[in-house]
Amino acid sequence: MTTTERVPAIEGWFTTSEPYTLIGAKCTTCGTYVFPPRGGTCPSPECEGAELEPTPLSRTGKVWSYTENHYAPPPPYVAADPFEPYALAAVQLEAEGLVILGQVAKGVMAADLQIGMEVEVDLQVLYRDDEGVDHWIWTWAPAAGSHTAKNEKGDA
Amino acid sequence: MSSDRDLVVLGAGMHEWGKWGRNFVEYGLVAARAALADAGVKWSEIEFVAGADTIRNGYPGFVSGSTFSQALGWTGAQISSSYAACASGAQAMQSARAQILAGFADVAMVIGADTTPKGFFAPVGGERRDDPDWQRFHLLGATNPAFFALNARRRIDVFGDTVEDFAMVKVKNSKAGVNNPYARFKKEFSLEDFAGSPIVSDPLRLLDICATSDGAACVIICTPEYAKKKFGTLEGAVRIRAVSNTTPTYPQVRLELPDIATDSNAVVTPPALGFKDSIAHNAYEQAGLGPEDISCAEVYDLSTALELDWYENLGFCPEGEGAGLVRDGVTALGGAKPVNASGGLASFGEAIPAQAIAQVCELTWQLQGRCPGHQVENAKVGLAINQGLFGHGSCTILSI
Repeated sequence: MTTTERVPAIEGWFTTSEPYTLIGAKCTTCGTYVFPPRGGTCPSPECEGAELEPTPLSRTGKVWSYTENHYAPPPPYVAADPFEPYALAAVQLEAEGLVILGQVAKGVMAADLQIGMEVEVDLQVLYRDDEGVDHWIWTWAPAAGSHTAKNEKGDA
Repeated sequence: MSSDRDLVVLGAGMHEWGKWGRNFVEYGLVAARAALADAGVKWSEIEFVAGADTIRNGYPGFVSGSTFSQALGWTGAQISSSYAACASGAQAMQSARAQILAGFADVAMVIGADTTPKGFFAPVGGERRDDPDWQRFHLLGATNPAFFALNARRRIDVFGDTVEDFAMVKVKNSKAGVNNPYARFKKEFSLEDFAGSPIVSDPLRLLDICATSDGAACVIICTPEYAKKKFGTLEGAVRIRAVSNTTPTYPQVRLELPDIATDSNAVVTPPALGFKDSIAHNAYEQAGLGPEDISCAEVYDLSTALELDWYENLGFCPEGEGAGLVRDGVTALGGAKPVNASGGLASFGEAIPAQAIAQVCELTWQLQGRCPGHQVENAKVGLAINQGLFGHGSCTILSI
């Protein structure tokens, strides 16, 4: 199978081949996690660790909250024209103790989400540039086997 | 109850909020002259000028202290220029207060003004791939309303709030704002108006989200001795009991604007007080006062749902019960704890560097009984609170 190299919309934040994971950083002294990944010193004021090393994060997490954008965000977001509403979810990764925001996989809307629902990392194209190159971004997608539809939802 | 460290608000002045697109300095001059007149102080008597910066108006905005000093006429005064996002005005206040308390000045001007573009706030120009503000827009399209909406959704799903509860905040604030001459929107909204309001970031509608505005606010603050010399007495003087500018404590586990992720709580246990709780707590400590002492509060209602959070952060009710206060009219004019008697950001829209100073103007006039049509009866202690991006919290407490 031939696959063309996927160009990430930002370097080093996630893997571009399966298994898809976000990449964080971990303090080599105290073990705390950081996302987005970065170098430098540990964010904990009590830790004198000066080394953060890249580490893959859990592939799945639970929805902490979510929303749906109904208006095209301003640049530097590259919005499709015409704009299609899409959802964002903040997802809790239990092992790492982080909540990470991401776009929700295309076609999965706020009405399909609920707090506590299990989601996993996937990739999709964020935008195509003027040279026709696709730029990829991580997404939160309903985990295999999770309920994707709410039984009931308010009139929000 | 006041101590000699409690400075005095000698005068306050504002330019009406609106959307005209004129030079921000023009608005600032109106506010400055109004505050000087209110204080009975000549511009040339001001020893220190603390400017709150605006980042969307070119270089003059970044050096607001000198920009306003030049506009009013150079006097050789000492200056500072501060940027702290939404907390910029409070940061300028703190700068002037510290200067006076250190004994370097007796009387100071605190000033902020802004001219805002239309639509969503976007990051300032240029491709800055390592700026979290640029990243959240480029990678996610996570606008400010999207963050407000994540928070609102939590309130609905975790606390059982309804979108009608949120709408009631706007209804309450718009009713108060109708009688505030400085408010931009002088229209009273009803719950029925929400049905026709488009959803911006689910579950929030356009009417739930504060606009961006032009405006300016200015206060003149001084030592008690200076005020006494001016008036012959400190009777009836508005005192600054606390100005707290607070950062979060690691790990900050609540997703806050503009961050893409929280800190990790895998190794370090989060502090007992969350960030927004600590902003108020530190000011209460400084003032030696508590939530029970507050007559009225000005809180940053960037969204309707956020106002409900503040009730809880201020200790007006336990976490999760904020909606009950708006439902029962507790936070309306005439209620036990009026909040945003000015009309709040719902009636003003946000003029970033001026907003926290405008909150202080409003509280000053409330304590002096100068708010016809939106007066909190017998107001003795007023509190203003807001949160700037990137962990800049501010809270100011005034008393009479």
